[in-house]
Amino acid sequence: MVSPGDIILNIVLFFSVYVQVFFLVTFIENRKKIIVRNGKIKLKDYPAVTIIVPCWNEADTIQATVRSIFDLNYPLDKISVFLVDDGSTDGTWNSIQKFSQRQNVRIFRKTNGGKHTALNLGLLHVQTDFLACLDADSVAHPESLIRLMSWFENYPHLMAVMPSIVVKNPSNIIENAQRAEYYLGVFIKRMLGFLGAIYVTPGPLTVFRKKVFDDLGPYRHAHNTEDMEIACRMQKHHYPIEHCNDAYVYTEVPSTIYQLYRQRLRWLYGFINNTIDYRSVLFKKKYGNFSIFTLPAGIISILAVSFFLGNAVYNFAEFISSKISEFSLVGFNLANTFSKFDFFFVKFNFIIFTTLIIYVVITFCIIFGRRMALGKGGLPLDIVYFFSVFGIVAPFWFIKAVYNTILARAPGWR
Amino acid sequence: MSEQKIDWQKYLIVFCITALLFITAGYLSNHFSNKKISQLKDIQDKISIDILSSETQFSLLSELSCKNVSGSLLSGELDNLGRKLEWGDENLSDNETLLYLKKYYFLLEIKDYLLMKRISARCGTKAAFVLYFYTTLEECDACGKQGIVLSTLRDQYPGLRVYSFDSGIDLSAVQAMVQIYKIKDAELPVLVIDDDLLTGFRGVEELSELIEKSFKLQGIEESL
Repeated sequence: MVSPGDIILNIVLFFSVYVQVFFLVTFIENRKKIIVRNGKIKLKDYPAVTIIVPCWNEADTIQATVRSIFDLNYPLDKISVFLVDDGSTDGTWNSIQKFSQRQNVRIFRKTNGGKHTALNLGLLHVQTDFLACLDADSVAHPESLIRLMSWFENYPHLMAVMPSIVVKNPSNIIENAQRAEYYLGVFIKRMLGFLGAIYVTPGPLTVFRKKVFDDLGPYRHAHNTEDMEIACRMQKHHYPIEHCNDAYVYTEVPSTIYQLYRQRLRWLYGFINNTIDYRSVLFKKKYGNFSIFTLPAGIISILAVSFFLGNAVYNFAEFISSKISEFSLVGFNLANTFSKFDFFFVKFNFIIFTTLIIYVVITFCIIFGRRMALGKGGLPLDIVYFFSVFGIVAPFWFIKAVYNTILARAPGWR
Repeated sequence: MSEQKIDWQKYLIVFCITALLFITAGYLSNHFSNKKISQLKDIQDKISIDILSSETQFSLLSELSCKNVSGSLLSGELDNLGRKLEWGDENLSDNETLLYLKKYYFLLEIKDYLLMKRISARCGTKAAFVLYFYTTLEECDACGKQGIVLSTLRDQYPGLRVYSFDSGIDLSAVQAMVQIYKIKDAELPVLVIDDDLLTGFRGVEELSELIEKSFKLQGIEESL
C-alpha cells in the first residue's frame, strides 16, 4: 500500500528532476548562442553610466571596490560614481572621503535605513540613461561593464543586464563550496536569461536603464531582498532582463557556516516572501516562463529540500534511538556496529537513483557555469565541497526560512 | 513592453524526458531488488543442500564417526540469511516473494534445529538451543529489544544456536511449534531454552546464566 507521504515525495521528486531536465534542454537548445569573450571589445557608442555603491560598515572592502570602477575598460568620463554611506559606524565614511576630490565621484551620507534607501538616495541624483549598483563587497572585472553594455547595444529592447558573479579569493572549504555554487548560479541565470525568466538583478553590477525606475518607481525594502523584488516587478511589467555570462564581478562571500546560514536565510526568506507578494503572477501565461517555470521551480526546490531534510532527520533520529536502545540493552558492542557490513545491505532504491540523476545534472551545470563565466573547463574539487557543505547546511536555512515566513519573522541583514 | 511567448511543446518534451528518467530509475530499482531476492534464494538453496547433506551424514552415523558430521557453519549462514530477510522486509518491495522466502527460512530453521539436537545428543557437540518467538502482526517493542540481546549473545557464545520464528506466520510447521510450546496466548516475545518457556523480554545477564546452565547440562563447559 502506497502511503500519501510516498505519493507527495514522488511528486516532489518528479518535479525536482523536471526542473533539472528543463535547464538541460534549454542548454542544449541554446548552447551555440553562449559566447565567452576573453579579449577586449569595443562599442559603437559609449553611453554614460552611473554606478551607485551603497555602503554600510564596509571600510575593509570599499577601497578595492571603488578602485575596480576606475580600472574598468570604459571611458572614465562616461562613468559617474555615487558612494552612499548608509550610516556606517566604522571607518567607511573616512574611506570614501578619499575619493571625493575625483571629478566623477559624488559622496553621500545618510542615517542608516537599509540598502534600498541608500540606492534610492543615489537614484534621486542619477542623470544618465544607464545606472548600475555595485555592492561594496564586490570588485568588478575590468571588462565587465563594457561587456554588459554591449548587450544594450546589440539588443536595445533590454531593460537590465546582470553579470556573472564569482567568488573572490576563496580560502577555506565554506568559500570554495560557494565558488562551485556561484558557477551553478551562472549556469542557471544564463538559462533563465534564455527563457526570459530571471528572478533577481543582483547587487554586484547589474546595469539598468534609468527608465526602469522612472516607470516602475524606486527600490523597496522587499524583505531585505530589494534585488529580487525589482526583478519581479520588472517581469510583471514585461521589462526584459538578460544575463551576460562573460561579464564577471568578484564578490566576498561568507567564510563561516553561521555567516553563510544568515545570508542564505535572508535570501530565501526574501524569495519566499517576494513570491508571496507576487503570487498574482504565478501560473499566468501572460507573464511567460517567469510565471510558469521560475517561481514554481523555486517553490519545488523549497518543498524538495524540506522533504529530504524531514526524511534525513527522521532516519537519523531513528538510527540514534536504535543505537541508544541497543547500548542500554547490551552495552557497547563493536561487533554489532561494524563487523556485519555486507554489500547486500547497500540500498539501490528509486529515491537513490532519482537523487543521483539530480546530482549528476547539478555537477554538469557547475562545470558549464564555470566555463560560461571564466572560459575554463575541468572538474573542480569545489563540487565535492559544495555537495558536502550545502547538502548538510542548506536544509536548515530552508526550514528556518519557511518557519520565519509562517511566523512573519524577518531575518536581519547580517 | 511585449508579452513573452511560452514554448508549451518544450514543457511537454521535458515532461516526457523526466517520465522516461523516472521509468528508468524504477526499472533499475526493481532490477537491483530482484537481484537481492535472487541472492536470498541462492543462500537458501545452499543452506537447504547443507542441511540435506547433514541429514544424510547423520543417517549414515552408524557407519561413520561423529567427527565427520559437520554443521557448525550452518548456524552462521542461517543467521546471515535471517538478517538479510529482515532487511529485505523493510527495504524491498516484492512482499509476496519475501513471505515465501521467510516461510522457507523458518522450515530450514526447524530442520536445522531438529538435526542439531539429534547430533548434539548423539555426538555431544557444543551447542545450546534457544527458540525465539516474536510477532510482526502487532507492534512489539520488546521483540525488537529481544532480537538485539539474542544477537549479542550469539556473538558471545559461538556454540549457541538461536532459531527465531514469527509466531503469526501462516505456516503449519511453525504453528505446530506454537501449539507444542503453548505460546498462543503467551506474552511475546517467548523464548524456549531446554524446554523451559520464558515469556516477555529477558535481559543479557538472565539469559547468559540460562545458556551457561544449558551448556553445563550437556556436560560441556563453554570457554568464553
